[in-house]
Amino acid sequence: MIQADSLTKYFGPIKAVDGVSFEVKKGEVLGFLGPNGAGKSTTMKTLCGFLTPTAGSASICGYDIVEAPIEAKKHLGYLPEGAPAYADMTPRSYLGFIAGIRGLSGAARRQRIETTVSLANIAAVYDQPIETLSKGFKRRVGIAQALLSDPDVLVLDEPTDGLDPNQKHEVRKLIREMAPKKAIIISTHLLEEVTAVCSRAIIIASGRVVADGTPDEMEARSRHHNAVTIKLDKDAVANAEAALKDLKDVASVQSPRDGTLIAYPKGGISIIAAVSDLARSKKWPVEEIYAERGHLDEVFREITQTAA
Amino acid sequence: MRNIWTIFKRELRGYFATPVAYVFLVVFLAVAGALNYFVGNFFGREQADLQAFFVFHPWLYLFLVPAISMRLWAEERKSGTIEVLFTLPISLPQAVIGKFLAAWAFAGVALALTFPIWLVVNKLGAPDNGAILAGYFGSFLTAGGYLAIGACFSAWTKNQVIAFVVSAAVCLVFTLSGTQFVLNFLAGWAPESIAETIGSLSFLTHFNAISKGVIEVRDLVFFGSVIVLFLIANSIVLDLEKAE
Repeated sequence: MIQADSLTKYFGPIKAVDGVSFEVKKGEVLGFLGPNGAGKSTTMKTLCGFLTPTAGSASICGYDIVEAPIEAKKHLGYLPEGAPAYADMTPRSYLGFIAGIRGLSGAARRQRIETTVSLANIAAVYDQPIETLSKGFKRRVGIAQALLSDPDVLVLDEPTDGLDPNQKHEVRKLIREMAPKKAIIISTHLLEEVTAVCSRAIIIASGRVVADGTPDEMEARSRHHNAVTIKLDKDAVANAEAALKDLKDVASVQSPRDGTLIAYPKGGISIIAAVSDLARSKKWPVEEIYAERGHLDEVFREITQTAA
Repeated sequence: MRNIWTIFKRELRGYFATPVAYVFLVVFLAVAGALNYFVGNFFGREQADLQAFFVFHPWLYLFLVPAISMRLWAEERKSGTIEVLFTLPISLPQAVIGKFLAAWAFAGVALALTFPIWLVVNKLGAPDNGAILAGYFGSFLTAGGYLAIGACFSAWTKNQVIAFVVSAAVCLVFTLSGTQFVLNFLAGWAPESIAETIGSLSFLTHFNAISKGVIEVRDLVFFGSVIVLFLIANSIVLDLEKAE
């Protein structure tokens, strides 16, 4: 439903987006990750037709954003960075305006506005000027604007920025609930958000896509993926360290703290079974044993720093 | 059409949602009234017409109209709402026209609120109400021309002060070119045809013609072309910013 083909955007001589290609199908939630200034927002603005691409193309539901902008935008709900909204309007008049542009009228209009207000949870501030709202409510008014026409494609630039943990949870839940019927792109620099809502993630650095995969695949690139941490009695540590090193799939063993050992597997394969078998047969006094999924932040740092 | 109307309504309501509109209306009415009474010598002239009232309008608009137009696009760009507006299913001309018409309607409201002076002049004598109506019409057209210029420069910068100053300066040029001072200056050395062309580009020339009660096609064409040309320029400026 969303297609970007070698999307490129220059600001004067500066290349902000450099040949970005991706596709988002119905039911997918794509996470845009990347350091600040990497080109996430510019990619989204170009994709949504606010900026004209210098080269390449993008389409929404099959409509080219440059050739058929009106048709494309009819299928698109977009939350810009910082969730801008007319400060002098109330959420009521603002949503009324958006509904007018979206061609909603009569019962359909009432019903869509009602649904959106309850989805975005803004009933409490419905008649207050937007300029007087807290950051969290402003963000949710922005989300309501994007959702109002129940579009097939949603592009949300940092939808949970400025929300407290409860509100973040609500918005993520909302995105997950909508996901099966839509194609959604969100940008974020919160890595936990990617694991929480995204079915796929793209890491952008210096305007280029440097990684593209499911959150699981990303985590698998981490050195910590499938590493086994074992906590045991201090006296047993020395023997255990030697024994772990002898296991055939263990690449290395580290002891970050007294009584704690971390065994890193060769090639990221699962070693938890082998390690626990070993511990049982040697009768080590194990207090804790667990395998890691991998550290997304570490992968993120590694990828973006080598790319930059 | 529906989109233009939706944008028009939002914009116009936007003027009255903030104190800016009321401050503007009060200042406009006070200054227009004061110029009429004190400088124009409305009563002293002992003439039942509104010539003394209308003659100041182009000069009054010079700084009041850019004050309306400066926020048209500059504010949208500064607050980021332009990003919402231009990712909605509307075309660029729809947004440009909707916003312009709202600003023009607001100027029309300000102008209409000067009606007490029309009542006064009718109370005191028997004026030519046709001429007065033409005066209002000319004044309204002049405001529209200035607004189109101001809207274009508002799109060009996100700084409202710059938008105000540049619009006022450009409007000044379009006004001064018709004054006796400039025409006499040109008459000394420039060929008559050039002097005439420059004079005909002035708001003043066309406004004076209409406010005397004679509505001629060429004056309507002048105001119409200024408005259309600057609105097209406005669209081009916005389009260039997308590609920038």
